[in-house]
Amino acid sequence: MADQIEWVSLSIFIFFFALVTVMGFFAARWKAGPVNEHLDEWGLGGRQFGTWITWFLVGGDFYTAYTVIAVPALVYAVGAYGFFALPYTIIVYPFVFAVMPVLWKQAHANGHVTAADVVHGNYHSRALELAVAITGMVATMPYIALQLIGMGVVIKAMGLTGELPIIAAFIILALYTYSSGLRAPALIAFVKDIMIYIVVLVAVVVVPAKLGGYSAVFAAANDAFTAKGGATGLILKPAQMLPYATLAFGSALAAFMYPHTLTGIFASKSADTIRKNAILLPAYTLLLGLIALLGYMAYAANIKVATPNDVVPMLFKALFPSWFAGFAFAAIAIGALVPAAVMSIGAANLFTRNVWKSYVNPSISHAGEAAVAKIASLVVKGGALAFILFLPTQYAIDLQLLGGLWILQTFPALVFGLFTRWFRAEGLLLGWASGILWGSWTAWSNGLKPLATIDLGGASYVFYVGLGALILNIAVAAVVTVIVGLISPHRTSVTARS
Amino acid sequence: MWMLLLVPYIGLLWVPFYNFTEPSLFGFPFFYWYQLAWVPITSLLIWLAYRSRTPDEAR
Repeated sequence: MADQIEWVSLSIFIFFFALVTVMGFFAARWKAGPVNEHLDEWGLGGRQFGTWITWFLVGGDFYTAYTVIAVPALVYAVGAYGFFALPYTIIVYPFVFAVMPVLWKQAHANGHVTAADVVHGNYHSRALELAVAITGMVATMPYIALQLIGMGVVIKAMGLTGELPIIAAFIILALYTYSSGLRAPALIAFVKDIMIYIVVLVAVVVVPAKLGGYSAVFAAANDAFTAKGGATGLILKPAQMLPYATLAFGSALAAFMYPHTLTGIFASKSADTIRKNAILLPAYTLLLGLIALLGYMAYAANIKVATPNDVVPMLFKALFPSWFAGFAFAAIAIGALVPAAVMSIGAANLFTRNVWKSYVNPSISHAGEAAVAKIASLVVKGGALAFILFLPTQYAIDLQLLGGLWILQTFPALVFGLFTRWFRAEGLLLGWASGILWGSWTAWSNGLKPLATIDLGGASYVFYVGLGALILNIAVAAVVTVIVGLISPHRTSVTARS
Repeated sequence: MWMLLLVPYIGLLWVPFYNFTEPSLFGFPFFYWYQLAWVPITSLLIWLAYRSRTPDEAR
């Protein structure tokens, strides 16, 4: 990678970065509410975001900068298998449509701010609440770190070396998130998403035109995979089909268990806002599918990279004039800011509501909650930054992968309670623990690959470990619920629910 | 109408339906355009489910 500083790119980049910084600080006054007086204001933007703001916000924090870097990188490295992100981000929406409005209604009726609030509201179990809250916070931290990695990749592509630019960008982000809360990423998401749409639409038209059309792009990738061999190619090997489908399904179930995606749900104005978004958000999935193809375009453009993560920036540098490359890099870096901000807000809300309020100061005022959450968001971001500065990059990637498996284990506690009171808190807690322990152990012993193998009737099946852990989780929850029901038929805690 | 919401899961999770290169469309192998086609189809299916809700669910 060239170490020459690309001044034109860099100027464009800095211009847009400065623009969103001003917007971030200004956002506190947008759709004005008393940001410092209530956690609903700082942490959920006043629970007033309508269809379009929610569309930009959730689109902006679900399809992260790391996605724009990592999905094409995986597609470049292995081909069809890397495409599981596409079915994953399609089948997530029927689920969002069916489940998230129910969750919203419950949260809205009871003033809940986090997933763990909802779980406590349904089961009145402090232990289960804490389990859900800690899982959310732990799964989010490496995810924020990955956004920094995404930003670092494009900053490096412009010839800036060292960690100072990332630290500066992150301090700015931390400050306006501190002062404006969720309104800052919601406002910046408009800029980020429009920029990303422009970049991708230009890329998917201009790049194939320069490279001889999509047939040539796929043919070049096919030649490369044929030469490379192994489990790569334009379609899946038979042994990859089950991993592909289970990764897509498990990821789809996990996607809206994360604090950052749920924050977008809780911040919506109405249940109908969420339903309309389930119809409209797939537009981003189309974009993601096209972004993934950048991995193949790199072969047609004869891009050679040291690490697959450099594929997208190198492709843009090779094929676009430097001003447009700078615009594209700014889009990706701003694309890192929005999810990083929402993630830190989601984690801060969890800490405030389900750790601080539950264990330290139960009589905290609304203004006190907002103050604690603001400090917590700084701590969370500082932690993510330290992660990147002091630990190998691979740790963040591995932990994010484990984070997906962990967050999926909160699914039964959060989702089942919306539809049935049958499960007992004890069962859900033991199920959660079993899923996390078995899943982590299996992934660990496979060299941190997210796949597990079982042998049934002589054949062996390979599947996404998170989904296997979820099945175990549900089975344990059901069995323990039955056993607890036999021991104490009267559910003292749950019948007391408000 | 709620059954419509299950259709994308069948169409996308049963990989043997689409793990081919032919027929291609606009240069895209079948594997790719088939999955991309499910994006608007899924939006449409959710919209149909949305339209068919009974009024008391609308809020």
